[in-house]
Amino acid sequence: MDGGEGMSTTINDGGTARTGPPRDGRPGRLSLRRIRALARAELTLLVRNRSALFVALLLPVCLTASLKASVEQADLSGTGISVGTAVLPGMVGMVLMFAVYSTLVGVYVARREELVLKRLRTGEADDLEILGAAALPALAIGLAQSVVLLTGGALLLDVGAPGRPDLLLAGVVLGMAMMTLLAAASAALTRTTELAQLTTLPLMLVTFIGSGVFVPLEVFPDRLADFCRLLPMTPIMDLLRSAWTEQLSGLGTLRSLAIAVGWTLLAAWTVRKRFRWEPRR
Amino acid sequence: MEGMDAIEVEGLRRRYEAADGGTRRGNGGSQGGFEAVRDVSFSVREGEIFALLGTNGAGKTSTVEVLEGLARPTAGTVRVLGFDPFTERSYVRPRTGVMLQEGGFPSELTVEETATMWAGVTSEARPPREALEIVGLGARTQVRVKQLSGGERRRLDLALALIGRPEVLFLDEPTTGMDPEGRRDTAELVRQLRAEGTTVLLTTHYLEEAEQLADRLAIMQAGRIVGSGTPEQVVAERPSRITFRLPPGTEARELPLTVQAAVEGRRVSVRTHDLQPVLTELLVWAREAGVTLENLQARSASLEEAFLEIAQAGNRRDGEPKGSKGPKGPKGPRRNAWTGAKA
Repeated sequence: MDGGEGMSTTINDGGTARTGPPRDGRPGRLSLRRIRALARAELTLLVRNRSALFVALLLPVCLTASLKASVEQADLSGTGISVGTAVLPGMVGMVLMFAVYSTLVGVYVARREELVLKRLRTGEADDLEILGAAALPALAIGLAQSVVLLTGGALLLDVGAPGRPDLLLAGVVLGMAMMTLLAAASAALTRTTELAQLTTLPLMLVTFIGSGVFVPLEVFPDRLADFCRLLPMTPIMDLLRSAWTEQLSGLGTLRSLAIAVGWTLLAAWTVRKRFRWEPRR
Repeated sequence: MEGMDAIEVEGLRRRYEAADGGTRRGNGGSQGGFEAVRDVSFSVREGEIFALLGTNGAGKTSTVEVLEGLARPTAGTVRVLGFDPFTERSYVRPRTGVMLQEGGFPSELTVEETATMWAGVTSEARPPREALEIVGLGARTQVRVKQLSGGERRRLDLALALIGRPEVLFLDEPTTGMDPEGRRDTAELVRQLRAEGTTVLLTTHYLEEAEQLADRLAIMQAGRIVGSGTPEQVVAERPSRITFRLPPGTEARELPLTVQAAVEGRRVSVRTHDLQPVLTELLVWAREAGVTLENLQARSASLEEAFLEIAQAGNRRDGEPKGSKGPKGPKGPRRNAWTGAKA
């Protein structure tokens, strides 16, 4: 490159003068400015990554059709659930799995393997800012999709407004927090970007089969259903569905919240203990 | 001893866990893991350029990573501007700039987007474009990182390290992969930063670079510091060297030398602390005997020679006394500490 480009301007005007009190330096305080800068870069990257964008944006929409088909085949009689109140929570579940969980495992692993995470840690951003900001674009997409799909679905399937919007909100917020942390935990156990497609499979399969995304647990045998209620996404699906069906009792609601929070904390603990900031070499 | 120490390292040790806990895998020694840094102490004064030299796997990067606050020391203490860079990172980070051995940038961002992101996480950052212009990337702002050459990536990394106007700058092999011009520009930049009061700790493979730039330096070998001082001090104790081919029909013992010469085939190598008189002696003899000394070379010790000699001596010292370590591998200064490839 052209060496005369400007190597000779004053570089560090404040070098000697700056021996005063430390700049910034308040520990434990999140900086919105830093989060915004990181999230903006991450959004740019997501938009440029075609396959990630497809998974995040289109897959949940496309799968909604098959969702409806599978729900229509299930025998819902006596469950108090209609096709509409089965499909709507399923769509949110799909969004959480694809737009949030799957996307974020890829993001965390890719940034780690590119040494971006390590480089960022040499700067001022703290660990929570780095991981949180990287998740923001996917979370924003997930939220927007949920709103669009729920509104559209409610109109098309003739479901109407939820009677318990608080449960809907709790389900979406808890689901997003849980999926973000589970994604970081999965990334901790994923060695390479290629393997990310494999390490996301267990949770995806377990969720789609056992958490009532495609088929409500109400049609399962009781013992199996009881076990499935302990899976990470099941309480989220129950909360979401009850926003319309209002089937969850007060105790049932607490139980769902507890299971969801438990999984979220377990994921957070795994991240704290096991998350790697640079590749194994 | 004017000014205070910007960097203090006291009895630093760093061990990589064997199985899972550490960042890299060890050699599975008796205690598990691999000790990459073994009792290292040094200090860097404010406004000084300090170079850490060593072969691959000597422990330079392992040491610098602790100073950068990326890793906790296994033992010993480290202070940067008076703070612990790991536990008090929020006090240290706004005042330091770091260039890792290998830059970590998303390959799909452009140069300018990368700098903008970095400015966004840095307090009192200079404008991104200004930082890019300082390192000569002003014309490449719209290029994606993946399309940059290795040298350009190093320049980008340097720009980010400078973006917060750091008081202390860590440069881990800043010129690796740069062309000669890039290396010259970087050296010039580092000198200018020093003139403006910045403290610089750098590691490098290029010994001339260290010789020209560093106020003081330390040579690392197998996790220890085996030599240190100003470049002049480190070089001063080393002998100069004269080499030439033995003229046909001459035996080595006929040479007029008062100092010992090593003869290898027809090649003669003389090491002396009195280069001029010995050389004179040799040249006068050659004229009187009417012979030509082919391939005659005479040179003062360079940092490179000093380095190789110290490093090799360090190798020998390191190898023998520790019975517990098992046999040394088939040698050479290239032993890889990361993979722990030792035997």
